[in-house]
Order: sequence, then C-alpha cells, then structure tokens
Amino acid sequence: MPEVVLDLFSNFWVSLVGKILLVALMIPLIGMVIGFAEMKLSAKMQNRVGPYFAGGRWGWAQLIADGVKFFQKEDLIPTDADRPVFKTAPIWVLVGTVALFVVIPFGPDLIFRDLDVGIFYALAISSLSTIGVLVAGWSSANKYSLMGGLRAAGQLIAYELPLILAVVGSVILAGTMSMTGIVEAQIESGYPYVIFQFVGFAIFMIAALAELTRIPFDMPIAESELVMGYLTEYSGFRFLFFFLAEFANMFTMSAIAATLFLGGYWLPGLAESQLAYLGPIVLMAKVFVLVFVMIWFRWTFPRFRQDQLQSLAWKWLIPLALLNILVTATFKVLL
Amino acid sequence: MADERRGFPGRGMLKGLWVTLDTMFKTIFVPGKHLRTVNYPKVKETPVPRARGVIALDQEACTVCMLCARQCPDWCIYIEGHKEEQAPETPGGRIKVRATLDRFDIDYALCMYCGICVEVCPFDALFWSPEYEYSEEKMGAMLHDKDRLQDWLHTVPKAPGLEP
Amino acid sequence: MTIDHDTLRHMSEASVSVELETAEMTLNIGPQHPSTHGVLRLVARVDGERVHDVRPVIGYMHRGYEKLSEVRSYPQITALLNRIDWVSGYANEIPFMVATEKLMEIEVPERAQYIRLILTEMARISSHMVFMASYPLELGAATPLFFALRERERVLDLLESVTGGRFHPNFNRIGGVKPIAGAGPTQKKTPQDLPAGFLMETREAMDQILHAADQLEDLVAGNEIILARTKGIGVLPLEVAAAFGVSGPNLRASGAAFDLRKVDDYLPYDRFDFDVPTGANGDCWDRWWVRLQEIRQSARIISQAIEGIPSGPLQAKVPKVIKVPAGETYVRAENPKGEMGYYLVSDGGQGPYRLKIRSASFSNLSILPWILEGVLVPDIIAIMGSLDFVLGDVDR
Repeated sequence: MPEVVLDLFSNFWVSLVGKILLVALMIPLIGMVIGFAEMKLSAKMQNRVGPYFAGGRWGWAQLIADGVKFFQKEDLIPTDADRPVFKTAPIWVLVGTVALFVVIPFGPDLIFRDLDVGIFYALAISSLSTIGVLVAGWSSANKYSLMGGLRAAGQLIAYELPLILAVVGSVILAGTMSMTGIVEAQIESGYPYVIFQFVGFAIFMIAALAELTRIPFDMPIAESELVMGYLTEYSGFRFLFFFLAEFANMFTMSAIAATLFLGGYWLPGLAESQLAYLGPIVLMAKVFVLVFVMIWFRWTFPRFRQDQLQSLAWKWLIPLALLNILVTATFKVLL
Repeated sequence: MADERRGFPGRGMLKGLWVTLDTMFKTIFVPGKHLRTVNYPKVKETPVPRARGVIALDQEACTVCMLCARQCPDWCIYIEGHKEEQAPETPGGRIKVRATLDRFDIDYALCMYCGICVEVCPFDALFWSPEYEYSEEKMGAMLHDKDRLQDWLHTVPKAPGLEP
Repeated sequence: MTIDHDTLRHMSEASVSVELETAEMTLNIGPQHPSTHGVLRLVARVDGERVHDVRPVIGYMHRGYEKLSEVRSYPQITALLNRIDWVSGYANEIPFMVATEKLMEIEVPERAQYIRLILTEMARISSHMVFMASYPLELGAATPLFFALRERERVLDLLESVTGGRFHPNFNRIGGVKPIAGAGPTQKKTPQDLPAGFLMETREAMDQILHAADQLEDLVAGNEIILARTKGIGVLPLEVAAAFGVSGPNLRASGAAFDLRKVDDYLPYDRFDFDVPTGANGDCWDRWWVRLQEIRQSARIISQAIEGIPSGPLQAKVPKVIKVPAGETYVRAENPKGEMGYYLVSDGGQGPYRLKIRSASFSNLSILPWILEGVLVPDIIAIMGSLDFVLGDVDR
C-alpha cells in the first residue's frame, strides 16, 4: 500500500496538486491559530479572559465563527472606487504571503521546493504585498485610505532595505542562499547563527514588524487616527484576506527568522535521523516563540509617527546592518 | 521634577515589557486575584444595596397626590386615579373617601434614574431596587405599569448598615 | 526634537521642495471618529502630512442646559447637572450647590462638606483615569486602557455604594448631601450616610490606586516611543494659555501653580495637605504627567479626609420647597477638566432666572486652531488627546 502511494506522489502533477492543497489548507489554519493566540494572550496581558463562549470553555471556535461572519457579509464597493483594482488588491497581498511558504524548511526533506536562491526568492516575493497595500489605499476613493496607503508605501519600501541587509550576514556565514543549505551550515558549525548575528537578528525582527505593519509600526492602519487606514473601505471576505494575510505573514517571517538565525528545524542535541520527524515540531516551537514576542510588542508599545519611523530605518537600521555585513565578512575572511 | 530619561536607552521600553509580561503570568496562574472580568451571563456580580436599578411601587401606600409626577424632570410618570367611597367601619359612621390608582406607569425609556420621585413621595410608596435586567426588544415595553412595578417590590433590599 | 511655534509656522508655509508642487487637501476629521472624544468636527487643510490650519466645528452635542435650567426647579437641575461632564459626574454639581447656598445664606454642616470633598476627589480620580486610559490608546498602546479602567472600577464601586449611581450620583442637596431615603415598605426611612465598611474599603482602594499609578508610570512614562510622540509636541506657553482662558491641568502643565482648590474656599481643602503638580514645558508629556500626579494627590487628600470625618447632620435645615431669594452670584470650582463656574441669577422663584455655565472644556478647546498650526497629522491626535476635553462639557 505505501509503495502505491509513494509511486503516485512521485508523479509530478499529483505531487504538485497535493502541495498546492496543503498550502491552501495551512494558510487559514495557521492564520486562525495565531489569531486565536493573539486574542488569548492579549487578554491575559490585560487582566481579561479573551474568547470564552465560542466552542466551549476555551473559545477555540472564535476565529472560525469570525471567518464565517466575514464570509457572509455584504460585498460593499464604494461608488467612486476603481473596481478592478479594488478587487485585486487583497489578492496581491495574499499572493505575496502564500508564495513565501514554498521555501520554508520544515525538515531536512520537508520543503515545498528547495530553491538554490531560497532566501533571495523569499525577499523578492514578499515585496509583492507592498503593491497590494498601496493600490488598496489608492483605489478606495477615500482620503483616509489614501493617506494610509501612501504612508504604507513609504514605510514598506523604507524597511525592505534593513530586512535584506540583515539577512546578508547570515548568508555570508552559511555560504549559500538555499534555505536548507543555511540550516545544514548551522548544523555543521554546531551553533545557531544568532550567537554572532544578534544585531542582524534584531534588525530582521524590527524590519519584519514594520513589513507586517504591526504596532509599533502601524501608522498605515493607525486605528485611532485614520479609522483603518488603507483598510477602511474593505469589509467582508476582502477584509478577511487582508486579516489572514497578516497572520500568515507573521508565521512566514518568524519561520524565515528561525531558519536563518535560530537553526530552523535543528536543535543542538538532536541526531540526524530524528530531525525528519522532530524537525517540524522544533521549527513550530521556535516560530511560536517569535510570534509571542511579536504579540507582546504589539500590546505594550504605542505607535511611531511616520517621520520617526522613517528616520529609524534610514538613519539607524541601515547603517547598523551595513556595519554588521562589514564585520561578518571581515571575520569570515580572517577566520 | 520628572526624571523619566534616566538609564540606558531602551530602559523605558523594557520596563513596559516587563509590566505586560508580569500581568500576563499573574492573570494566567493567579486568576483569583488578578482576573478582573466576570463571564456575564454565566456569572453575575451582585450590585450594592443602594444601586439604582429600578423603581418599585407600593400601591397600598399611594394616595395619588401626583407629587412624583410633577417633580420628575423628564415627566416620565403617568398617573390617573379616581375617588372611591369606602364603607364606614362602624355602622352609622362617616363615609371615607379614598383615592385609588387607575394607572401608574413609569416609562423607563425616558427615566434618567435621578431618584427625585422616590425622595419626594410623602407616603413612602416608591423605593429603589438594584435589579437591572429588564431590557426589552421594543421601546414600548419599557413602560412598566402598576402591577409590574408592584412586582419589583420584593427585590428591594434592606438598607445597608451605616458607618459608626 | 523640540520646535518652537514660529518655526512650525514657517515650515507650514514652505513647500516640500523646489520642483515638487503638492496640492492641499481638505481632510474632514469628522464628527464620527475614534479619537475626537465625542462629536467634534475638525476641518483640516493638510498638505500631505503637514497641517496648514484647523477649524473646529462644535455644537453637535448641544443639549440646551441653560435653557433647561430656566424651566426646572432647583432639585431637578441638580439631577441634570452631572451630565454636563459625564466623566467626572459628581464634580459638576458642587459649584451650583455652593452658589445656591450662598444666595440662600445657608451654612452646610461639616460632615456634609467632608463627604462632598471625598466624593469630588473620587470623581477627579475617575476622570483622570479615563484620560490615562484613552490617551495611550490614541497613541497606539492598548494595554494602559485596561489597567486604568480596572482601577477606575474601584472608585466607581465606592461611589455607587454611597450614592447609588456610578457616573451620575445626584447625591447633593441644597444645604448638604442627601439625608434620608426609604428602604422598603416595612422599614423606616434611613439616613443615606456612609455605608458600613466604606472607610476600610476606601483605604484599601487608595492603596491600590497608588500602586496602579506606579504601574502606569512604569508602562507609559519612560517608554521611548511615548517620549518621542509627546515630548516637545503641542507646546503651550503660559501667556498663550492664560490669554485663551485655559485652566486646570493644561494650565498647570504650562508652569502656573494655580489651583482653585487652594484659592477659593468652596470646600474645606485648606485642612488638608496636598501639592499642586506643575509641568516644565507645557507639552503633551507634561499634561499627562500632571494628571498622573494629580491622581496621587487626590488619593492623598482622600486618605487624610477619611481619617477625620466629623459626625453631625448631613443637611442644613431647608424648607421643603426651595425658593432662592433674588440675587446673583458666580461660583467657580476646580473640576477635573479645569475651571467650572456657574453664574446664577435668581428672581425668588422655584427655579433660576438664568444659569450660565462656564465649562472648562470650551475654553480648553479654543486653543486648537492656534496649537495645531503646522503640525503633522498624527500630532493632531496626540495634542487633542492631551487637552482632555469632553464634548458634553464643550457643547452643554
């Protein structure tokens, strides 16, 4: 029986359809789990309980209920809005997120496609979401959305650079851009790269928060000023796409950070054979630690003003990242 | 005066992070002291005895003097009454005339819960009760008639003891 | 970085660069908005993110208090007045009571004055806690909201146990506080004095509030992001504040140690020992800081007051139907939002002839066009929040 299944999956088209289905299933599931974790954790930080009634005592069905609620809402498009652009904006954002799943290594052979330029591809594809955000703000025919969209454009473009530069240090140490290759290099050297690349790790996490437009970098959304920024006119399932994309993007950014800096699916005590089935669990654990840190930051800090945000990126993060590259490269050559 | 910038840069943010984390652990592991919400409607907090929830009417005591209706700032009390003759207690005695209520409605959609009617009644016919769960689906149902107001009477609590 | 007002005005007139021509946009920060503390409309002309000028449009919440006062009697007006500044309910009734008692020449018993003072300071804590909750929320931090409202619940529970109402106590009567009320058809009327356990609960609550003030200070005061958003923003020099009639914590943050509790004697504040906090620069951070310190000082006053409440009657002897002799007077008090005054003109009837309400938020709001010129759009929210006005108080 297993040989028949394996034979079937060795057929390229069957395995392709299987992979697509798996990704399509994982995105909403991960989005719901992380969303639920955010609701419960933020509630505990504020002396509350969080979701309680939906689905019994733990309220685990809250996000499923929310998803159904969003789906059955009326599809409102403002009269003056640019209809085709308005409709495609959420798709841009979701594509930019889903495409990142392809290069996340869950285990030594558990990766959708081990590209040779894995991390390069990941950073390039994640920039697609920027277009989605900008056109969402522009096409909404609403001054608040326009301001939110423009703020988003400035912010996302400004923080692309620290994101990319922070990654370069890890790539230099590993010597390869393939994601599995970077994890293998960390296994070989025996320590996760965060020990020497802590500056790069910090810059990557800050830039990732800015790319996700989460507090403290959530000027484009800025609930208390711009109502919802570029998301103001979106309701129903279009809003659901943005919402889901944000949580799924949290997962992918944390997974990339875990792979590049924390050792991915490897833990210092594990043997090679155990990695095949323990690997995904290890990666998930690291991802959830990083997601917890993101949630923690969101509920503690207020938001930066736009010019302060920009000066943080251009005047602090980029020079630091360049310095990091310089030092790493020097040490790599000398040692 | 305010020395908020002492220490290394980032100290303020780390203190804030610590406060949030500390609250989170305390709420998860010591909920008795730190969880500050109750899951209404499964758990209900009891209001204090003096809480102003609803006004109860004692029809026996009311003499249709109309003071409460006159003093209400919102004019939300509607009273109608008539005079009834009652048979004398002893034969050959004086016929007593008593005013009885036909209608005593309080419109809780207008009422602003100020308590002037309760205070001004010279015959102690109105009382405060802390009951608050009487919301309706129609505005018209917020008009409580005299029998409903009489029903609230059993929820009027004893007065709390006073500070010595 | 700190920019003074003249530089800001210069910057608002300069264009972005030589070649780039940017158009001006009229942004309506409309009556329905998450951050305008009520139904306030700001018509702002912005150029990108920089504001050229702002015109506030008020009146969406006008309820006609002064006209209402002409057709209601004194006890009825007392029930209505605490809805002017609904966040600090009890404090709105006090100046009106003192004005009526002044015209009637009644002396309020000591116990009633102490109770009034304690409840007023509790209303002050309640109002400042709402500020502590909503101001960081406007800046983006969601957690201080819950911490501050959690503490405010303690004060509201105490208010409710004494008066029966959390926000609208309606506990004042001409000549004192409410003396007796019914408790059931089979019971005698009882005095509405402090209920048993009140003193102990108040002591505990004040300790908790001081602890919460420390927690809020840790969470918010030193936070670098808050400092970047509020230091040097919305600087209000003292002369400008005095010229516009700004009062309360906003004035004290600009440097003037002027507190009506120390100046006027509408309540016996001179028996208690408390400081008047002031700010150094008059920016948004100072206004936040002054209110945090005022919470601490109010807790201090309450702790002293409950130790020494005298016994005695709760209300002076007043006739059943209140008629105030003809005359006019103006009494002002230190409301949590600022100076609130009532100008009462009486012609001897059951209700006032004219009641003019000088509300604190109206004057505090009037500096918006001056202070918002040349700032960035996010700063509009930061500055408006720090002025802490309530539209019910502005529009009456």
